[in-house]
Amino acid sequence: MSPEIYSEVGSLLKWLLTAAWLLPLLGFLVEIFGGYWADRKSKVPAYLAVGCIATGFLLSLIALGTWVDAADMNLWAFESAGHSAEHGEGAEHGDDHEHATVAEHDHADAHDEEHHEHASADEHHGNDPLKTAFSGTFYRLGKFGRLDVTLDWYIDGLTVAMFAMVTLIASCIHIFAIGYMSDELTEHYEDHFVHLPGGRHFHRPGRFYRFFAYLSLFCFSMLGLVLAGNIFQVFIFWELVGVCSYLLIGFYVERHSASTAANKAFIMNRVGDFGFLIGLMVIWTWFGVFQFANTDPAHADQAGLFQMVRTHDGTLVTEGEGMEKTVSLQHIEGEARPSSIPYWLLTVAGLGIFAGCIGKSAQFPLQTWLPDAMEGPTPVSALVHSATMVAAGVYLAARFYPMFTPEVLLVIAYVGCITLFIGATIALVVTDIKRVLAYSTISQLGYMMLALGVGGWIAGLFHLITHAFFKSLMFLCSGSVIHGCHHEQEMTKMGGLYKKMPITCWTMFVGVVAICGLAIPFVTLPAIGAVAFSGFHSKDAIIASALTFSSLNPVHSLLFYVPLITAGITAFYMFRMWFMTFFGKPKDHHVYDHAHESPTVMTAPLLILSFFAIFVAVGGEAGPLVTLYGAAEPAHVAMGATDAGNIGLNLPSHEQIHNFHAQAGMAALLVAFAGTLLAYLFYASGAVDPGTVKRQFESVHEFLVDKWRFDVLYDWMWQRPVHVVASWCTAFDKYVLDGLIHGSASSVVKIAQWDRKFDEAVVDRSVNVLGEVTMSVANWFRGLQTGQLRQYVMLIAVSVVSLFVLVFIFFPGQ
Amino acid sequence: MNAYLAVAAVLFVCGVMCMATKRNGIGVLMGVELVLNGANINFVAFSKYGLLGLDGQIFSLFVIVLAAAEAAVALAIALNFYNNHLTIDVDQASELKN
Repeated sequence: MSPEIYSEVGSLLKWLLTAAWLLPLLGFLVEIFGGYWADRKSKVPAYLAVGCIATGFLLSLIALGTWVDAADMNLWAFESAGHSAEHGEGAEHGDDHEHATVAEHDHADAHDEEHHEHASADEHHGNDPLKTAFSGTFYRLGKFGRLDVTLDWYIDGLTVAMFAMVTLIASCIHIFAIGYMSDELTEHYEDHFVHLPGGRHFHRPGRFYRFFAYLSLFCFSMLGLVLAGNIFQVFIFWELVGVCSYLLIGFYVERHSASTAANKAFIMNRVGDFGFLIGLMVIWTWFGVFQFANTDPAHADQAGLFQMVRTHDGTLVTEGEGMEKTVSLQHIEGEARPSSIPYWLLTVAGLGIFAGCIGKSAQFPLQTWLPDAMEGPTPVSALVHSATMVAAGVYLAARFYPMFTPEVLLVIAYVGCITLFIGATIALVVTDIKRVLAYSTISQLGYMMLALGVGGWIAGLFHLITHAFFKSLMFLCSGSVIHGCHHEQEMTKMGGLYKKMPITCWTMFVGVVAICGLAIPFVTLPAIGAVAFSGFHSKDAIIASALTFSSLNPVHSLLFYVPLITAGITAFYMFRMWFMTFFGKPKDHHVYDHAHESPTVMTAPLLILSFFAIFVAVGGEAGPLVTLYGAAEPAHVAMGATDAGNIGLNLPSHEQIHNFHAQAGMAALLVAFAGTLLAYLFYASGAVDPGTVKRQFESVHEFLVDKWRFDVLYDWMWQRPVHVVASWCTAFDKYVLDGLIHGSASSVVKIAQWDRKFDEAVVDRSVNVLGEVTMSVANWFRGLQTGQLRQYVMLIAVSVVSLFVLVFIFFPGQ
Repeated sequence: MNAYLAVAAVLFVCGVMCMATKRNGIGVLMGVELVLNGANINFVAFSKYGLLGLDGQIFSLFVIVLAAAEAAVALAIALNFYNNHLTIDVDQASELKN
């Protein structure tokens, strides 16, 4: 690409995405300062928010088209060799139907739809990802020595894909929220969950405008995070989305559970962000650059982080062994910078950044905040806590992939593996409809992390995007159920709702099938591949990566078996939720009788999202979506690696994963069907009574209901010790510090008492004695002054005479 | 000269005795006048026969003037005292005591 075209396309993309990014901020400002507190019944803030984000979606689409055009990419050049080669029978089924949907789905339909028979997708993957990336600087905040703090932008396939995904889902959720939050459109909102003394409920003015203001602020922060071109800027928006999440979880701030959940989410995220800061510090000290990569041919001399750590073809140049091992940095000639970084320190930086991702994406061991975050309104759960913000952790891990050493990747894989298992098992026993989805989100985020960790960069992000669609869909469906059942969230009180709310029921079914990864077995289409919803393709890709990884590293075979089994568990708990909610006999007639289907403003987003939940992954790993963001895959991933890092990890290449794909797909499908069947037997057909099973595994059930006792564990690990230490401190304060102060005070009192005695006995006494003497003398003299005039005269006369006598006696001769 | 001095001494002693014995305020005043006049005679005698010269005359004139002034003030006090206490017994004038 010539520099002229680069700068032309780059600035066009920049302006489009910046506009899409800043529009919600504008919306936020108008909504929050627009005086809507004066008119609580006004729907204008909602329309503003929807307008901003929908315009953002259109701009993102234009940007997507521009980018695809500039990158000279053919999104529709996918083929179905991956599946048809292994089980190619029945290829003609549903061909026409799928063609029609493809044409519908095609936003950039200028591209032709010829179906190559070779693996054309890998052509893109092997390329230098930086060739199709655009980067630049908005504004330089400051330059400190060799450290440049700037506001940058970085646009590649992943950025445009994320922008389109986030703005689309956010638009749907904004529209849904107009219906869902409509009971806030009042001057006197009665909060039934806040019990005041005297059996009354809390009354307050509705906060419709504030909800949409927060949503807009969140969209701004999230888009900023995706557009950010350096890790420091990511951190800024990382914190901003955290604040928005805090505000939205605590939206019903008067409810004690909501405010504590908001605090919990915020504090647990700070734990992860501590690691993030450590990573930033390492990067600051050793690289002095925060920018991801600098692809601008006009400023080719300033290398970004990725360009410094890895060579052009993505290899990590190392010297030495063990703790002495160092990574040579590239592109730093003639600058006063360290020319290499210790290998272990690079690992520390990677682990630190990943710690931030653990917090944000609710991974083990910081996963406990996400279920509590369900205290927020349901649209928030759909947008913030399933589709976008929690996925930001996965996004950052993927974005920062070139900086991760194999050791970090192994940690990521194991964290993901543990998380996905914990999340899925807890979801088995939860009865709150939103919490089932929350645990499912944790579990699916674990899948994404696992995929990234085992070298399936494509698979992880694939699942990120498909999951965003079907999980936000399911959350909105649960919101529709909750709205229809008048804020009843317990599945044990639902049942049989499919008659009352058919649209919600079947859109939810789409989401459930998508997340379970069900597909019609042995049926493949020539152009599309397997007949399945989006979740099948992405989960397939993850399982395939995991299988390849564990076959290359037999020591880590757990990383394949756990996700495989969990795929079955996923199917079980998802269908359990669906059956419990919509089928069977109504368990609570009060709830059932009052249930109703939601208005169109809520069901329309469900239909849109279910459309995308079905078709977004069309074509699987050769489809347009993967082709789009796959261009951003770091250069070293496609080739895989053997004996990498200090621990000798083997990372799978695309080709190896491809070879295992069919095998893994079959296994995953089998397990998913088994889970579905079990759920059917338990909760729909009534062949097995869940109650009996529950009684038989009483202790396991209790353990799961207690969420693996993580809250208890953290209580013991952190809260109790803190309390113990605090009581020590109190005792120290009370007995030592206070004792010291009291002791010194009483000794001062003692000294003062002595001093007083001295004063009284010595100083006062002497003064008094003087006074008393004077007094007594004066009293004596007083006796002389009788007032008797004659006596005075006599005295004078006698004195004069005696004076004379004396004078004559003592001075006789004069 | 001795005769003058003797008269003066007699006058002086009379005056003193008068002051010491009289309870009447006016009587005390008269005693004071006697003492002063005794002193005046001494001044005049020393001016005539001694070394004092005219100074003695001047002094006695001053004393007479002072005595007149003093008598005026003292009589005013006595009159006032009488108005308040219906007596001029100096032993009754004991208000400043205690």
